[in-house]
Amino acid sequence: MAYVHRIGTKSFVFADLKELMAKATPPRSGDMLAGIAAATAEENVAAKMCLAEVPLKAFLSQALVPYETCEVTRLILDSHDAAAFAPVSAMTVGDFRDFLLSHEATSEVLAGLAPGLTPEMAAAVSKIMRNQDLILAAKKCRVVTRFRNTIGLPGTMAVRLQPNHPTDDAAGVSAAILDGLLYGCGDAVIGINPASDSLPVIERLLKLMDEVITRFEIPTQSCVLTHVTTSIGLMERGAPVDLVFQSIAGTQGANRSFGIDLKLLAEGADAARTLKRGTVGQNAMYFETGQGSALSAGEHHGVDQQTLEARAYGVARAFNPLLVNTVVGFIGPEYLYDGKQIIRAGLEDHFCGKLLGVPLGVDVCYTNHAEADQDDMDTLLTLLGAAGVTYIMGIPGADDVMLNYQSTSFHDALYIREVLGLKRAPEFEAWLERMDITAPDGRLLPADARHPLLGYVAGRAA
Amino acid sequence: MIARDPWAAFSRHTPARIALGRTGASLPTDEVLRFALAHAQARDAVHTPFDADGVAGEVKSLGFATLRVSSAAPARDIYLRRPDLGRRLCDESRATLAAAAGDPVDLALVVADGLSSAAIHAQTKPFLAAFKPFIAQQGWSHAPVVIASGARVALGDEVGALLKARACVLLVGERPGLSSPDSLGLYLTFDPQVGRTDAERNCISNVRPDGLSFEAAAFKLAWHIREALRRRITGVELKDESDLLLEDGRAPTLLGGG
Repeated sequence: MAYVHRIGTKSFVFADLKELMAKATPPRSGDMLAGIAAATAEENVAAKMCLAEVPLKAFLSQALVPYETCEVTRLILDSHDAAAFAPVSAMTVGDFRDFLLSHEATSEVLAGLAPGLTPEMAAAVSKIMRNQDLILAAKKCRVVTRFRNTIGLPGTMAVRLQPNHPTDDAAGVSAAILDGLLYGCGDAVIGINPASDSLPVIERLLKLMDEVITRFEIPTQSCVLTHVTTSIGLMERGAPVDLVFQSIAGTQGANRSFGIDLKLLAEGADAARTLKRGTVGQNAMYFETGQGSALSAGEHHGVDQQTLEARAYGVARAFNPLLVNTVVGFIGPEYLYDGKQIIRAGLEDHFCGKLLGVPLGVDVCYTNHAEADQDDMDTLLTLLGAAGVTYIMGIPGADDVMLNYQSTSFHDALYIREVLGLKRAPEFEAWLERMDITAPDGRLLPADARHPLLGYVAGRAA
Repeated sequence: MIARDPWAAFSRHTPARIALGRTGASLPTDEVLRFALAHAQARDAVHTPFDADGVAGEVKSLGFATLRVSSAAPARDIYLRRPDLGRRLCDESRATLAAAAGDPVDLALVVADGLSSAAIHAQTKPFLAAFKPFIAQQGWSHAPVVIASGARVALGDEVGALLKARACVLLVGERPGLSSPDSLGLYLTFDPQVGRTDAERNCISNVRPDGLSFEAAAFKLAWHIREALRRRITGVELKDESDLLLEDGRAPTLLGGG
């Protein structure tokens, strides 16, 4: 079905809903690479105006990626909760924006609505929202998850401690874990991207983290970010797997390029749940996503990258994850060209995830071949802090020496807590105070050379 | 004013920027400027032109024949925005390889500039020198080494198919990091064909003197090739268990039996 929008004497024609969505998307290099972006600034706004008049219901009858050939579309439409959708079922996309920003759309109302919203609806409304709208609406969405602590409570923000090392060296990883803990980071997860996909190496890393968590009774969880099949294999060997990780995307084909499908994710989730390693909850999955992955795999079906990213959150929410994060600037300038595009995408991803009920964190990051720098990351971090982001990454000095990109540092986390008064997960906050790492106000205490964590790492490195 | 961290001694275990100290919640001035300099240097590394002639000369000096190809990306700025062009050969190079192809071989070897020419300039020769004995030991047949400019990882699929190789080994300059502007990546793809996905490859990353050593990387790659040719597969189904064969934590200089 074609959509037409008139501005004065000009008619803008969009062949179908997919084309309308793509042309309404704020400009980014990935959609240009795919050849689906608006040709002019005026066409971009005409598409937004046209999209604002589309009924939300249209997304239930017009699949952007075919139902017959994509299991992600089937998951989204088959699990749609019509009762939850009822309060907004008569709205257009434009009405829905007005509603989200109204005082009537409280945290409770939005939480009730989430199962009735599809990723495409979230993506559509985000396209006609300004950055401040994305911040305000996301701030109202609350998604709380639990494993060994409670993540996502209002007024809190968690940090993933990311102690990567270029050769997975145990002493090097331990040193970075120590650095992060003594800077008050690690409540979301202590999560390592391994350089190797060797089972014995990954098992050693899991044991290393399990030991430090157990020894110091840290209320947090660990994860080695390896393929779900590897985690399943490790669990079968009896390795201490807390969270099962997987990169996911918004189409069946893109997921196939990651070597996964929904059935495999379900197997991973079942295996993790069976271990029952959580103490205050059993949200045991950790997913990563990022705009552009479907196009990168040649599996985008002509759909814009932001909509496909929202569909990845549709996949994530089916498995009750503890954490989901968009690695927003990692993919490179061919998808998000510069700081402006990365900032916009980070806010869109966070809003869409939260609206859909997913515990969304953001890897505020960029690569050295993108037109971006630390100033852009400071801006995005501050905006996301204001938007109530679930968690960010914490990397020594913001420099990931294994993955070769720049993200946020332990210092950045302290900065945003200082500026916005954000607390850590309560169990972790209490642990830091108990360990004499922080004062009751959450600020770091002067570091003590006799701290038991230092002795522990020194002993292990010897 | 600056709070120093009493664990600076642990810096010897990792290149990560630990124990930076702080002023309040923030980085000390020295660290902010040190970081800015590293970023400036990495930015410059991305845009260093690829010296394909120099690399070809080094590869020849090890006793390999070479071929030169270019991707369909005509310039560096287009290469950065259009990865699709970097994954396919230009027409002329396609013809070059079609003409050069002989009988089927075990391996196609590709040296691709990727996102860091600096990595290819620094690591190609020492890595291939470490890897060459494994080729001889295992008796693998191979085509001339293809030096590819403007290349992404998937370019190896088209090269491997044209050269009738059972598997393609691609050396590529990895995206420069702040602390590692010259890191080499190794990609192995069984039965290379245009359209292979990344899940169908195995990757050995961070090959450089301060990362995974040339000897260890060569051993790992040889192990993967042997398993790939034997099991006729690469990718997520082929798990790296080469570490089980390490001798006192060191890579053997040749593959043992098994």
